[in-house]
Amino acid sequence: MAHAKARPSNLAIRLAPSLVLFVLVAPVVLGLVLTLLPAFGYLPVLGGEQLTLAYFAQLFAIPGLAHSVTVSLMAGLLTPLCALSLVLLFLAGAAGTRLELWMRRLVAPLLAIPHAAAAFGLAFLIAPSGLFMRLISPELNGLISPPDVLVVNDYWGLTMSLGLIIKEIPFLLLMALAALPQIQPEKRVAIARSLGYRPCRAWLMTVVPALYPLIRLPVYAVIAFASATVDVSLILGPNLPYTLSVMVLQWFNDPDLSYRFVAAAGALLQLGVTLVALLLWRLIEELGAWLGRRWISRGERRTGEASLRITGQVGVGLAVLISVGGVFALLINSFAGFWRFPDNLPGAWTTQAWSRALGEIGLPLANTLLIALVSTVLAIVMVIAVLESEQRAGKRLSPSMLLLYLPLLVPQIAFLFGLIVATEFLRWAPDIKLVIFAHLIFVLPYTFLTLAEAYRRLDPRWSQLAATLGASPWCIFWRVRLPLLLAPCLTAAAIAIAVSVSQYLATQLIGAGRVPSLTTEAVALASGGSRGIVAVWALLQALIPMLGFALALFLPRLLWRNRRGMRGLN
Amino acid sequence: MNEHHLQLDNIRISLEGRQLLVLDAEIRGGEVLTVMGPSGVGKSSLLAYLAGFLAPAFEATGLVRLDGVQLNDLPAEQRHVGLLFQDALLFPHLSVGGNLRFALPAATFDKAARVEQALASIGLEGFAMRDPETLSGGQRSRVALQRLLLSEPRAVLLDEPFSRLDTHLRREVREFVFAGLKVAGLPAIMVTHDAEDAEAAGGRVIQL
Repeated sequence: MAHAKARPSNLAIRLAPSLVLFVLVAPVVLGLVLTLLPAFGYLPVLGGEQLTLAYFAQLFAIPGLAHSVTVSLMAGLLTPLCALSLVLLFLAGAAGTRLELWMRRLVAPLLAIPHAAAAFGLAFLIAPSGLFMRLISPELNGLISPPDVLVVNDYWGLTMSLGLIIKEIPFLLLMALAALPQIQPEKRVAIARSLGYRPCRAWLMTVVPALYPLIRLPVYAVIAFASATVDVSLILGPNLPYTLSVMVLQWFNDPDLSYRFVAAAGALLQLGVTLVALLLWRLIEELGAWLGRRWISRGERRTGEASLRITGQVGVGLAVLISVGGVFALLINSFAGFWRFPDNLPGAWTTQAWSRALGEIGLPLANTLLIALVSTVLAIVMVIAVLESEQRAGKRLSPSMLLLYLPLLVPQIAFLFGLIVATEFLRWAPDIKLVIFAHLIFVLPYTFLTLAEAYRRLDPRWSQLAATLGASPWCIFWRVRLPLLLAPCLTAAAIAIAVSVSQYLATQLIGAGRVPSLTTEAVALASGGSRGIVAVWALLQALIPMLGFALALFLPRLLWRNRRGMRGLN
Repeated sequence: MNEHHLQLDNIRISLEGRQLLVLDAEIRGGEVLTVMGPSGVGKSSLLAYLAGFLAPAFEATGLVRLDGVQLNDLPAEQRHVGLLFQDALLFPHLSVGGNLRFALPAATFDKAARVEQALASIGLEGFAMRDPETLSGGQRSRVALQRLLLSEPRAVLLDEPFSRLDTHLRREVREFVFAGLKVAGLPAIMVTHDAEDAEAAGGRVIQL
């Protein structure tokens, strides 16, 4: 409403979009610039005062670099390719069935498992001495000792990609499910079916072309994440050589400070790798669109229906099974005592790992909770302020708000590095406040991504009606819009908590290792921690987001137990 | 009750340079002006303009005066113009009583008693704590009308208010809505497709 009085609160709402954009974009840009300069040798604090290409030369002379880059690129393309295809095939085959309903319920808990915990679970499941091998040995293969093959940490990073695919499937599913109502898939499929197309085909041909543009951004975020992941790579990725992002982290942490320059050059290279992955993905998009158009114009109506459906359902089914199996493997390992190889279950059970971990958990747990809660509250307030300002202006936010997603598309290491340079320059000691701010940079875009649709889709007649009954814009916000949107807000908060809890790099780098969280401690155990201890930490790490999602699910049910009309409004 | 009086002076609404409608009218208390016409002629835009939330894409000129007060520059919540939609739109997160209470001006003395009294007047004594979802269609429409009246409007806009109701309910709801508006002495503008609505309203009809 253009007539809102010039109260400070109204002003704050009007300025919210620009303010939030600044808070988010400024550190990314600043971080990138301050990565760029040292990469070319300029970092006066460390004596680098003139521009040089020497550090790039040093970087490219590092043995195995080409392979590291290749693995990062592969993971960056394999992950979205597999995850997206499986999600689309699954939805095409399951649309309108009970399976889809089941998956809607499963998505949130699957999403809640942090990357590191899921990666540990996968490792415990498929390692040569993992749960899977134990189940089939010696009955199927005659093995009485673990086979000597490199499954986890394999040379080409395939296990790492698998771990990423399993984690990104629920994310893309959630994004697709949230976007679908806008494009009325039922109508599209009904028309195609009336023209003789089988249902799965009909969905792929008529829904996917409209759906893809709506989930393009999350797909790009998957590419950026997969091509530059650090925590999953530390747990599942190759180590001779490491992936590029991990090498950058190691150079950064090298006691020889001159390696900072090489690290900066490496971070810039990582940015390039992610950009190349995104560009290649654009080509894949074009190719996919071209193939799709040919496929549609052939007019084939029936063939391959079953195999399309089965591929999607088996693929997504396996991903779910591995996620759940991974948590199960973590549970068993956390209580395992002596465990001879082909035995399916441990010979002895013990709570030793739990009691040891619980003795050390205090500070990391407190840090994790504090960081997650504060960054989530900040993110929710900021996102709601932006969306509320959009509502009151009565028109869509300017396209520049797309920059909000910048932190999801730039590899974390590429600008976190520069942010550290900035904090060191300002002599800000690394502390929990800085870590919270760094988390906010990643939590906020995901919160926006999950809440924006629900906020915009709310029937405008509710607020119009309230206004004609004499309610002021603030009254409408507190008494109508917020209660009606309580469930989506809580879901967004749960996702925000999950995003914060799973942050490894932002906590480790910005906190300079002095703000231990459940995630940094768990990942630190990746090399050389005892299985039991690793399992306990990974489980604890997964527990907080799980609780978040459980609350987001049950609180509205409890609150609205006598309000039938509130049940459809999620 | 003193009579209210709504005056529309040379209202013109256009979208992207294309003129949608021109309207001049004067509506006295208890009178219903019916506006009819095919979809897309701007009937809903007219109501949005009068209520105070016309989308920025539209351009509108002309004076709207209610009891002599010019409304054009007032925000929706200060216009005292009530609105009835196609659906009853009872807030699903509030109880029936909560819905009525929402409409009462903040300074109202003894809100609970006013709510009970309003419920009693439509034969729904003791329904205050009920979930609006548990009401029948007719009951919901009655509560929606009571909610509107409790907000002490000085004029009312009706946006195809009966089109979602089935035939036998439509007659009943029509009757008590028009009767309620007449008793309250409120000028009303109704937008509709239905000639029977126009006839039942008994006022002037403008074809767009």
